[in-house]
Amino acid sequence: MRVLVGVKRVIDYAAKIRVKPDGSGVDKANVKMSMNPFCEIAVEEAVSLKEKGLAKEVVAVSMGPQASQDTIRTALAMGADRGIHVVTDKELQPLAVANMFKSLVEKEDPKIVLLGKQAIDDDCNQTGQILAAKLNWSQGTFASSVVVGDDQEKVVVTREVDDGLETVSLKLPAVITTDLRLNEPRYATLPNIMKAKKKKIDKVTPEDLGVDVTPQIEVLHVKEPEARSGGVVVESVDELVDKLKNEAGVL
Amino acid sequence: GTLCVVEGSGAGELDAAAKATMVCAQKHLPKPIWAVVASRSGAGGEDLAKSVAGLEGVEKVVVAETEGGFLAEPLSAVLHSLVGKQDPSHVVTGSSTFGKNLAPRLAALLDCAPVTDVTEVVDEKTFVRPIYAGNALSTVKFVGSGPVVMTVRATAFGSEKLESSGEAEIEQLGEEEKALMGSNLSEWVGEEKTESERPLLDAARVVISGGRALKSEENFKMLEELADQLGGAVGASRAAVDAGMCPNDMQVGQTGKVVAPELYVAIGISGAVQHLAGMKDSKTIVAINKDAEAPIFKIADYGLVGDLFTVLPELSAKLEALGYEKK
Repeated sequence: MRVLVGVKRVIDYAAKIRVKPDGSGVDKANVKMSMNPFCEIAVEEAVSLKEKGLAKEVVAVSMGPQASQDTIRTALAMGADRGIHVVTDKELQPLAVANMFKSLVEKEDPKIVLLGKQAIDDDCNQTGQILAAKLNWSQGTFASSVVVGDDQEKVVVTREVDDGLETVSLKLPAVITTDLRLNEPRYATLPNIMKAKKKKIDKVTPEDLGVDVTPQIEVLHVKEPEARSGGVVVESVDELVDKLKNEAGVL
Repeated sequence: GTLCVVEGSGAGELDAAAKATMVCAQKHLPKPIWAVVASRSGAGGEDLAKSVAGLEGVEKVVVAETEGGFLAEPLSAVLHSLVGKQDPSHVVTGSSTFGKNLAPRLAALLDCAPVTDVTEVVDEKTFVRPIYAGNALSTVKFVGSGPVVMTVRATAFGSEKLESSGEAEIEQLGEEEKALMGSNLSEWVGEEKTESERPLLDAARVVISGGRALKSEENFKMLEELADQLGGAVGASRAAVDAGMCPNDMQVGQTGKVVAPELYVAIGISGAVQHLAGMKDSKTIVAINKDAEAPIFKIADYGLVGDLFTVLPELSAKLEALGYEKK
């Protein structure tokens, strides 16, 4: 079977973000960009399905400007076989992304689409669920374990839920979104980075896929949250307990 | 009107996500309110439905019963059908794993973009939601057609009071919707709930959280003892979870739980951005850390620089002297 895996290019998780002074968004110029950490977990899972002999081909998909190609190259260096880059400079929201994935799924015919549960920029946590609905497929969100049945009819997914873990059995094809504990993504080795340069990346546009990407949600403005002013450093446990009791009134 | 979707957690009472959902609808969204209570057979769904039916502004409560746990595939189909009949302007549910799993799927069936993790309703179409792990706040306007499908953060709406004076009728699902519950795309297999006598992390008045400096699972027990003295819950940083000291459902942070208790005590937590996003709205923050330069001190109301292994026993003893008994 074929596995499609989504990879999003986002501001690196360790970089400090700056809100633009005009409030139009977050400044992405001269900031380190990386693959969304949840997408790394998705790539790792896809590649490990291939290594276990369960998947024949892993296709990494990214959508966005020219530079998104770097993110696809990273996925290829981790072990994906080929890439698809949906090239656009327009702002993409989850509904549009899911619609474009749907179009790619119809063409590529994968049995599993693996996506991160959320991207660490917009924190939406939507694309996988929307895609599953659009395809009328089953969904295994926030996965911490993925076990594909030998007959490839079903996949058993353990999900991280608020009060513990939950296990569901999904009919394939399915959309699976990854949570933190699913695996530890590998680092791309230098030989694999070199090899990845030769792997193929197809380019398409939203128009090729027949998708109107006009957002249904307009961003009016972005601002920094009110800074919490630091308090005082106390010298002893006695002083701490005294402040909590008599100043903060929480004891 | 507004269609509220409430998860029956089993106790018959509104949990933090359910309360936030109803508060948001009652105070900020168009009336009347219609509520769907998703409940597990034999798990107190009727009682929860009665609680919801007693809230001001609620016109009707529909109970959607399921065997086993909740599955998004059938539940979204049922809601899609109910939305078609009721034609609400808004559909709202909590930003819990239940709501996050369900709401985008429902929105997709309606072909509209969902708005998740809302922390403020500016007007009926305009909302504030945090992005970049809470390092920025985005004000967004829904300009699509169809209802606004949204999830709301418990920490943002949960502290407001619910008005009760309603006497709505309670219904079971109709035949058409019942048939949709039998979707065969997925099957619920089982669950492993974290057993705890303590209050739930996202509803606790006091949260005691530990980081990597705790060093071991065994040492986390010191936090449990302190939490029990104060009637609180125990949380953890992602670093502690990644190091295998505690399960992921204890994780406080952008990718874990977002909490806003009256008292948050961060012990041996350096204060990575992703952790701060999960607790910075707490009323009073205490940081205990060996490293005086740790970023957590920048946001803490009270910081104590010291070795947690000597501070904690002392703190516990002082609290006991104040009447907070050890359990």
